[in-house]
Amino acid sequence: MPTYQIKVNGESKSVDVSADTPVLWVLRDHLDLVGTKYGCGIGQCGACTIHVDGTAMRSCSMTLEQLNGKSITTIEGLSEDGTHPVQEAWKEVDVPQCGYCQAGQIMTASAFLEKNSNPSEEDIKNAMHGNICRCASYNRIYKAVEKAAEQMS
Amino acid sequence: MRTSSLAGGGMLIGFNLFQACKPKAIPPVDLSKLTYTDFNAFIKIAANGAVTIFSPNPEIGQGVKTAMPMLIAEELEVAWNNVFVEQGILDTNNYTRQVAGGSQSIRHGWEPLRQTGATARQMLVNAAAARWGVDASECSVSEGVITNAAGDTLGYGDVVNEAATLEVPEDVKLKDPKDFKIIGQDAQNVDIDKITTGKPLFGLDYKKEGMVYASVLRPPAFGQKLISYDDTEAKGMPGVINIIKIGEKVQKLFEEDASFASKISSSDKVVVIAESTWQAMKAKEAIKAEWENDILMESTANHDQMLTGFLDGTQFETRRKDGDVKKAFSEADMVLERTYESPFLPHNCMEPMNFFADVTDEKVHLVGPIQTPAWKAGLIAKLLGREEDDILLEMTRMGGGFGRRLYGDFVLEAAEISDAIRKPVKVVYSREDDMAVGVYRPAIKYRIKASVKDGQLTGYHLKEAAINDNMYGLIPNFFPAGAVENYQVDTKSYKSNITTGAWRAPYTNFLAYAEQSFFDELAEVMEVDKVQMRLDLLKKVDAEADESIEYSPERMIKVIETAVEKSGWGTQPKGVHQGFVNYYCHNTHVSEVADVVIENGSPVVKKITCVVDCGIVVNPLGALNQIEGGVIDGVGHSMYGDFGFDAGMPTATNFDRYRLIRMKEAPKVEVHLIQNELAPTGLGEPTLPPAGGAVANALKAATGKRIYQQPFVKNPELLKVPEELIIG
Repeated sequence: MPTYQIKVNGESKSVDVSADTPVLWVLRDHLDLVGTKYGCGIGQCGACTIHVDGTAMRSCSMTLEQLNGKSITTIEGLSEDGTHPVQEAWKEVDVPQCGYCQAGQIMTASAFLEKNSNPSEEDIKNAMHGNICRCASYNRIYKAVEKAAEQMS
Repeated sequence: MRTSSLAGGGMLIGFNLFQACKPKAIPPVDLSKLTYTDFNAFIKIAANGAVTIFSPNPEIGQGVKTAMPMLIAEELEVAWNNVFVEQGILDTNNYTRQVAGGSQSIRHGWEPLRQTGATARQMLVNAAAARWGVDASECSVSEGVITNAAGDTLGYGDVVNEAATLEVPEDVKLKDPKDFKIIGQDAQNVDIDKITTGKPLFGLDYKKEGMVYASVLRPPAFGQKLISYDDTEAKGMPGVINIIKIGEKVQKLFEEDASFASKISSSDKVVVIAESTWQAMKAKEAIKAEWENDILMESTANHDQMLTGFLDGTQFETRRKDGDVKKAFSEADMVLERTYESPFLPHNCMEPMNFFADVTDEKVHLVGPIQTPAWKAGLIAKLLGREEDDILLEMTRMGGGFGRRLYGDFVLEAAEISDAIRKPVKVVYSREDDMAVGVYRPAIKYRIKASVKDGQLTGYHLKEAAINDNMYGLIPNFFPAGAVENYQVDTKSYKSNITTGAWRAPYTNFLAYAEQSFFDELAEVMEVDKVQMRLDLLKKVDAEADESIEYSPERMIKVIETAVEKSGWGTQPKGVHQGFVNYYCHNTHVSEVADVVIENGSPVVKKITCVVDCGIVVNPLGALNQIEGGVIDGVGHSMYGDFGFDAGMPTATNFDRYRLIRMKEAPKVEVHLIQNELAPTGLGEPTLPPAGGAVANALKAATGKRIYQQPFVKNPELLKVPEELIIG
């Protein structure tokens, strides 16, 4: 199996996996970063969202080769102590029910707000539309993104 | 450590004993710095006053891991901010009803959990009083500090040693609700920090030294059984450790214990065991299996015909019969009859099914997401021929349950695999496995017929035709039972080889839409006010005279009147189309009003006003989350949830072909809670069933068309707004 050098949450890592292994499973099974969740495996639900050079991507649908040296940030590396404005907003609004999808929601929201810190209602809804929350905590996700935007603008 | 049994509840309180004493209870931030010894009950108190409360019931997102410890902390008289919460393990000696289901955790925990806290508090006070040589009645407690008449103080940590040696009082007094300090206050989800930073919490996150991963090949269609398989290619794939066949043990168990019969689970299955999840999943795809078909491979088209045939027929089981509906229909001025149809629904928990098992000669270690741990532990003991004492079952936080994790077929698989390979193993379902090997909400059809005479509802006849049984029980006694003189509920079901079971708010998740749509239409043909008709019917109910009537007409009327006021029912500007419903299930009274507006020529569900009477609200912050989620889940599945079978094969196996509600489709939910001091009831389910009815009724108001089939998007024509109804 090939050896890959990747940069995750600011650290360089070396992993031996077959070329077709999705980044999701590299993170979860090989690097013990289980905050990134498996939901569908086909890029439909957003539970596996990570940042690749700051852009929100579906880790279930990309391989290490496709990363091509780019840096990964996972929920574990979004902030040192869980105080990224999006994480703070999520806590303040008390968004989660089961909580399983929320890492993906937070990663989508944080990448989006980096690029658009003064979003309209429509902007927020469009940005978050790709992430399924089966518990349907959508009202609170919306509220938390709005709150985080105030902090980040 | 010491545990003591409580009279009645059969519950225990454990104290961890420490030598040092400090006067004021300020727990450390880092729990790991305290060396707690083993425990087996609800409460641990350290010498420095730190309090840890164990939440007994499984957490599926319904919030009991926060709310149940709040009940204990309230009576224990400690500051909520100083309480650490941990998930209890399965412990049938010390806990009762460790189940997540039926919205019952808070209702059943209300008395015993407060008793547990109050008993502990009294023992701590008695210990302090004894040390001071005063009567316990002279002492008061606040935030874990006991004060006597002279003003001396002792922290809980100071007296926990002595307290644990005292007799357990059996007559402790519970607080008056007006004195509550924790119950009724907003409390954040106790796992919020771990959730927002991605710490391991869920079954899928669990790891143990030496653990391997298993991916299971099950029959792709209901009605199939494994004949043979070729694993030559799969065996040579990277990371593959072993490929085995399982099923024998489960089949033998089903012969002994039919309560868990499930045909798909009882077929032989092929298991790939690999070093990683991905390797196991990939190698499974490389197995070439041959399947044998049952004589009949079922399809939705056949089900449809069959269920309609049942409704047209006369062979029913009568569940309730008041008066004589036939006579009422024959004497009526007017009769209305309508039929409502629903598809199967998969649960689609975001965390796919998974479970960890490590079977050794010494013990059976099970870890993972399960709503019914005690039931599963018992089955595993039978499956493996072990003593129940050999089984250690730890519940993880669950990425959703919705009823799917009541069944635990995946626990049996994990145990059978680990027993065969004698390694710690985690079974992981792919999303495709999860959706295709379901225990679905059954497809159902309802036909409702009502008669009107002299402006009064004189007869009501509900017929149900369902795939498998639809968990009958309470339906016959729900509204409008008790309000109509001639009332009958009949059911008939088809025994299918497709597995069905409880799906969030079983037996009402579709019924509420059917009935509430029917009432709406009935009011239209009777030319009476839709809300007034419901109120008039409720006023006829004498719930005291009829013990089978579980709902309270008074509470329902209050909920309805509040919904009218809060939603602006009847006073909305042109262009806002409203639909009204009220419902009772899972011991909670609910009324919902949907607001639909027309945007770009299409109806859009903008807002749902939801009024709930669940008695005392333990944690308003969590309660609102449940209510909002339940309503949107109800809207989503009514609008989009579509699932069927073609020759036993599911019509969808992932989210590309199965539509769940998303952000842009989610209405704003405005919640109003009825304030009272009645014992609390659950919120995990009761707001879901009526939501579909509220939307259907609002859509009728907006489009002029009534929808008799779920999902609503199935017939796009019905969602078109006629030109003349579009207001510019």
